[in-house]
Amino acid sequence: MQRAIITVVGKDTIGIIAGVCAYLAQNRINILDISQTIVQGYFNMMMIVDVTSLEKPFGQISEELAALGRDQIGVQIKCQKEEIFDLMHRI
Amino acid sequence: MINFSEVRQTNEMIEKENLDVRTITMGISLMDCIDSDLQVLGQKIYDKIYSSAENLVRVGEEISRDYGIPIVNKRISVTPVALVGGSACSSPEDFARIAQVLDKAAHDVGVNFLGGYSALVSKGMTKADRLLIESIPLALSQTELVCSSVNVGSTKTGIDMDAVRLMGSIIKKTAELTADRGSIGCAKLVVFCNAPDDNPFMAGAFHGVTEADRILNIGVSGPGVVKKALESVRGADFETLCETVKKTAFKVTRVGQLVAREASERLGVPFGIIDLSLAPTPAVGDSVADILCEMGLEYAGAPGTTAALALLNDQVKKGGVMASSYVGGLSGAFIPVSEDQGMIGAVDAGCLTLEKLEAMTSVCSVGLDMIAIPGDTKDTTIAGIIADEMAIGMINQKTTAVRLIPAAGKKVGDRVEFGGLLGCAPVMPVNGYGCDGFVNRTGRIPAPLHSFKN
Repeated sequence: MQRAIITVVGKDTIGIIAGVCAYLAQNRINILDISQTIVQGYFNMMMIVDVTSLEKPFGQISEELAALGRDQIGVQIKCQKEEIFDLMHRI
Repeated sequence: MINFSEVRQTNEMIEKENLDVRTITMGISLMDCIDSDLQVLGQKIYDKIYSSAENLVRVGEEISRDYGIPIVNKRISVTPVALVGGSACSSPEDFARIAQVLDKAAHDVGVNFLGGYSALVSKGMTKADRLLIESIPLALSQTELVCSSVNVGSTKTGIDMDAVRLMGSIIKKTAELTADRGSIGCAKLVVFCNAPDDNPFMAGAFHGVTEADRILNIGVSGPGVVKKALESVRGADFETLCETVKKTAFKVTRVGQLVAREASERLGVPFGIIDLSLAPTPAVGDSVADILCEMGLEYAGAPGTTAALALLNDQVKKGGVMASSYVGGLSGAFIPVSEDQGMIGAVDAGCLTLEKLEAMTSVCSVGLDMIAIPGDTKDTTIAGIIADEMAIGMINQKTTAVRLIPAAGKKVGDRVEFGGLLGCAPVMPVNGYGCDGFVNRTGRIPAPLHSFKN
């Protein structure tokens, strides 16, 4: 299974999770785990997702998510392949 | 499974602490391009570089996007040109034409530097070596992306003082020929002792003759990350300090290892080494000098600096070798003056001198790097500074280098602006007493004894 980590950070507003999840569903990305907090009005979310059955190149997904966050929801969205975190924090 | 705080830590390193992969450098052997006809040689070199590296920049950008990690530079190193051009070139101008071919190839594949306009003359110069060295000022003034290096000494062979003396004049000439651009030619010219074959960093990168046909070498960085980590252990004992540097170096190197593996797979070129270097940039918060200050020095250059740097350099290596099985290149902390805000600040404050920098180079990679000196410094004085630095490398069995910029028309206190990664350098004073009698002697300094070490 190919996994990726999506992080969403920004001012809390209605429809952040809905917006992100709708995009993921359209692109055949399955959500494996979500953790989310709001600290002093700031929304913080991390998702672990399965990107095995993508139809677009991963780079494009990552760019489209960033654009979705920037232009439509007003938050910062990053989508990175999981290995970078694994390698950095696990021996 | 990865947790939230680990993800946040990684992304904070990238976003706030300037964590990046400094360079993916593709080493390309030009040995199979050798021809006695200059025109044919040029065409073969261009074709080999273009076909090998046409996807390098695109793949670098893809990896950067997939993992969210900036890969700042994509570069190429080639076989030392003195070895390749020997049978085709009969004048310095002929060699300079090869430099133009290299420059064109570098522009066409979109890399930001190409290294290897080099000669290896640690024991003596062939006719081709001498012609190449003589062509350096012309070559660097006519090209934009080509970097040049000359290895004039090694622990095994001693120091070729004829080459050292020649380089004193060549550096001056290069400065004069590029005077209209802040003598920028000298920022692309390095003199080495014990030059490594697999260094991915410019300006000293070249593709050694012992290397495979093509290879990928990766330079990691991250002074800002180390500085930030040390902020959390202020006042702690040395053991804690060392542990913190080591752990951070491990994390930084792992990112390099990931990029190396991916790039190697996607380009179909074998992975060579990771160079574990703390390479600063002129950006605020990306400074090796700031790490030294965080350890407890008022400025880089204060008493204690050499010890602090020795500790830093050693711990970076200890953390890094755990993270990658193939470590090579220069691997250590870089202390270029113009490329490091903290170093520039220390020079401006009057705390950091050329002599202190020389002492620092005995415990770290690489050497007297990106230091502007007055434009009227004598050729022999530059040769004397080179000889001193080469001697440190030769005796201590380490790489040392000199990248001095005798800024044409500038005096102590002036500044030279290079822009971009090369930064800006305050012109530093040089000891004005003569060394002509010493450097004008011909021949070599013999290789040192390898026993009785004291």
